[in-house]
Order: sequence, then C-alpha cells, then structure tokens
Amino acid sequence: MLSRKLFKKPKNRLEGEADSTVMQAEERRVACPECKALVPHATLQAQAYVCPRCGALHAMSARERILWLVDEGSFHELDSNLTPIDRLGFPSYAGKLSKAQEESGEQEGVLTGTATIQGHPFALFSMNPAFIMGSMGAIVGEKITRLFEYAAENRLPVVGYAVSGGARIQEGIFSLMQMAKTSGAVLRHSEAGLLYVVVLTHPTTGGVVASFAMEADVILAEPKALIGFAGPRVIEQTMRQKLPQGFQRAEFLMAKGFVDRIVPRNAQKHELAQLLALHQRGAMA
Amino acid sequence: MTEAYQRVQAARQKGRPTAMYYLTQIFTDFLEMHGDRRFADDPAIVGGIARLAGKPVTVIGIEKGVDTQEKIARNFGSAHPEGYRKALRLMKQAEKFGRPVVCLIDTSGAYCGIGAEERGQGLAIAENLMAMMGLRVPVISLVIGEGGSGGALALGVADRVWMLENAVYSVISPEGAASIVWKDAAKAAEASEALKLTASDLYGFGVVERVFSEEDGDFAALCEKLREALTTEFTMLSALPTEELVQLRYDKFRRIGGDER
Ligand SMILES: [Zn+2]
Repeated sequence: MLSRKLFKKPKNRLEGEADSTVMQAEERRVACPECKALVPHATLQAQAYVCPRCGALHAMSARERILWLVDEGSFHELDSNLTPIDRLGFPSYAGKLSKAQEESGEQEGVLTGTATIQGHPFALFSMNPAFIMGSMGAIVGEKITRLFEYAAENRLPVVGYAVSGGARIQEGIFSLMQMAKTSGAVLRHSEAGLLYVVVLTHPTTGGVVASFAMEADVILAEPKALIGFAGPRVIEQTMRQKLPQGFQRAEFLMAKGFVDRIVPRNAQKHELAQLLALHQRGAMA
Repeated sequence: MTEAYQRVQAARQKGRPTAMYYLTQIFTDFLEMHGDRRFADDPAIVGGIARLAGKPVTVIGIEKGVDTQEKIARNFGSAHPEGYRKALRLMKQAEKFGRPVVCLIDTSGAYCGIGAEERGQGLAIAENLMAMMGLRVPVISLVIGEGGSGGALALGVADRVWMLENAVYSVISPEGAASIVWKDAAKAAEASEALKLTASDLYGFGVVERVFSEEDGDFAALCEKLREALTTEFTMLSALPTEELVQLRYDKFRRIGGDER
C-alpha cells in the first residue's frame, strides 16, 4: 500500500507560496515539442505555455493549468485525499504509480475543485497528461463523478480540461466501468439544467473520449489537439493505410461536426468567462 | 497457458453460438429493425422487437457472423458509430412503448478505422452510456462471448449484467494489454491472467450479477435457462417504480471503483 506521506506535494503559487520551488522553476528550461528550442520554464509560465518561437502549445500539468486559468487564490481542491488503488494486483503497477506520484507531486491523474474566472463560480476538473498518460484509473473516475455530483448539488456549472491516453489498463474492468459511472453523473448534472463545458486538449483519446469528454453542452478544443476514440497507430494497423493529413486533429473534428469551437490558449479565459456569464441564472430575464 | 487465457480462447472459439442463435432460441417472433436513421445500417449490430415468453421486448445484439462471408459482412462484430446509434434508437423506441430491453454482447471492440472516427465513434459510445444510465425501462445485458472494452460497454449499462461461464469482459484485449504493458503481444496469456477478465473474476468484483453455466456445450439447454431467468428478472424489475429502477442502476455503477477504504 502506498503511503500518502511519502510523496510531499511541491508547494506552488496555487497555494499562495512563492518560494524557492518557483526559483528553481525559473531556471528550468523546457524543449519545445515542435521547434525543439529550449525555452525557460518561467517564460512559458508567463505566456500560457505557448512557445515564444513557434507558437506550439506545450503540455500543462493539471495544476499549472488551473493556476493559469482561474482567478488568483480562487481554487479550492476537492477530494485531494483520494489515492489510486491497485485492485487487481497488476504486475509492476504499484511501482508505476509511485513513480507517477513522485514525478507529478500529485496523488492521481486529475484535480477537481471549485474556482472562479472573472468572478464567475464553477466546478472544475483538470487532467494530468503526464500521470500514466493521463489514463482513467478508478479514482480518476471517482473524482470526476464526485465533482459532477457536487456541482449538481450546489448548482454550479462544470468546466473540464480533458487530456487522456484512455483507459488505465492496470485497473482493468474498474477502469472501463468509470466510463459508465462518469456518464451517469454527467447526465444527472445535465438533467438539473446545469452547464458543462469541456476543453479537449492534446491528446484526448480512448475511454475518456467515449464518455465524459464528449458529453458536454459546449465542446471546445485547443488548436491541433489530437482527439479520437482509437489512437492513430491502432487505426493505421487495422486499415493498413496511411492516415490523411490532419486526421483526428481538433480542426478535423470541427469540420466533421464534433467540436463547437477551437479556442487558442490566450482566448480561453475570456471565452469561458463569457460562456459562464451567458448561462448564469437570471441571464435570460 | 493460463485458465484466463483458456476462457479467452473459448470465448473466441469458432463455432461458438453468436447473438442470432440466442435471439432465435430464447425469443419468438423476432422482427429485425434496420438502420440508425442518420447514416446507415450497421450489420455488426442486429436489433428489433421480439417476444419473451409471450411479452414484447426489444432485443439488440452484437453479431460476429457465422461463416466467413457473413463474418466479413458483419465486420467480425466490430460496430461503427451507426451501429451504436441504431442500438440507441431501438432503446429509445423501447422506452416509448414501455418494453424491456435485452442486449447481447459479443465483440472484440468497437471498430477502429477512418470512417468510424469521422462519424464520431467516441461520441456514439458516450451517448449510449449516458442514455442507458437514464433509460426508463428495465435493461438486462448478457455477455455471450467477448466483452471488448467501450464497444461492449456501449450496450452494457444495464440493471443486470450477466455473463456466460466462458465469456470474458475486459478494458482491453489481452494482446493489446500485452503489447502496451510488456511491449510484447505474445504475452497475451499473462495479460489475460493479470486483467482478471473471466466471468468468475467479474462476479467476484460485483461487476456482473450472475454467471450462467454453459451446460457442457448444450446451448439449447442454456437458452431454456436464460429464457426463464430473463422472464423472472423482468417481472421483478418491471414491478419497481421507474424512478427507483433508474436510481438503483445509477447506484450500482456508482459503487464500482470507489474509495471503499
Ligand atoms: Zn517551439
């Protein structure tokens, strides 16, 4: 069993502590996935993790995403005590989990909570691309389900940032069943007349696309994000042919009718605030 | 060779009865309904209206096909979005007329292809999950062979999920898991064991409520038992107030993979 105490969460600005960790972060350089330029982490942080040289979107951790997105100091995390369980005793999973926890400083692949954007309150989930490929373990599903239940109870809209490689194989059927569980919670929140906006980010695939990521009232996507049920390599193998240019990218999905809007990173805060305002109770009166 | 892998092979065995067999053995007067009224008719999914012990029911099954020609025509039971949309259309029709729904699951997974992606495979499955969670008539899903991932779950959000003794149900195929986790598709037997995908595993986890013996290969006898079991169960489920039925279904899935420590 993993002990929570073993992995101390790094402090960050989200919790209002600008200390030496931030200093270290400023010196850190990150290679751009597109142009390969080495960009200082602080530069990235200051401009929404967009490459200053080529404009490519860098991946953001769940917490970086929240810190960047919401009104300063407004994030209140929910269910931070929930940690993954190796229910199947799957070979080498325990080690994989502790490595992911150590590297991310988080307990699981999703953060949930409440926050405000330009003063508009909402419930929020943000997934972590680096935590075992952003896969949906049972506790990822549990946290998202609890978030939608909490939002329904407290009459809050939900904004979610999705990024996922799909199911978490090491949790077998428990991972698969999260697709049903989260869908049930989204349905109940929706039946309560509440808004759910999702932002699909690179990459969002597999079981997450086949459940809560596609069940939103408004589906936004980041430019060029890979979005699909099956991964491109799997499709290439089954079809034994090269995939068309731009296949499964956000622009392709919008052209096929599955995405409402593609929103560049620097426009997201404003658009989300606009959407929240448009759906505020009394907005129609 | 592991026990789990033997089950996987039995579930895929050539000559094992497919959905149409159960459909014609258990039910009478089956009238097949075609198409999703959006794009096409997907032969990987069959559905329509039949009678169960005289009473109308909607039956939907994933059909792999029997001979080679039929298998190809039915895409080996790997459905496209239009298949899932046909299933959803028939479930909504059942809801309108107050008929219970039976789903027969047998697929290695939803189809992974260009057309399937272009027409929203993920969305189609997601919409089924959400709709089944709220469906206002009783649903029983029976895994008769392979329960492959999201493509199986798209017909599996039911008040009762039952499995045959040699059926398997998994988040990913053993070959897929082996190639991702061990970078070696040949380790499928180990992966089968690790995934805990047999009917008895899933019964132990509370993911399925009932496992049916295959009567040593006497599938006609099995169908007799299934007809009785379905009839009894629907009588019970139909007696529940609708709100309670839907709440109990939600609660059942809500419990799976929670924080029970
Ligand atoms: Zn760059």
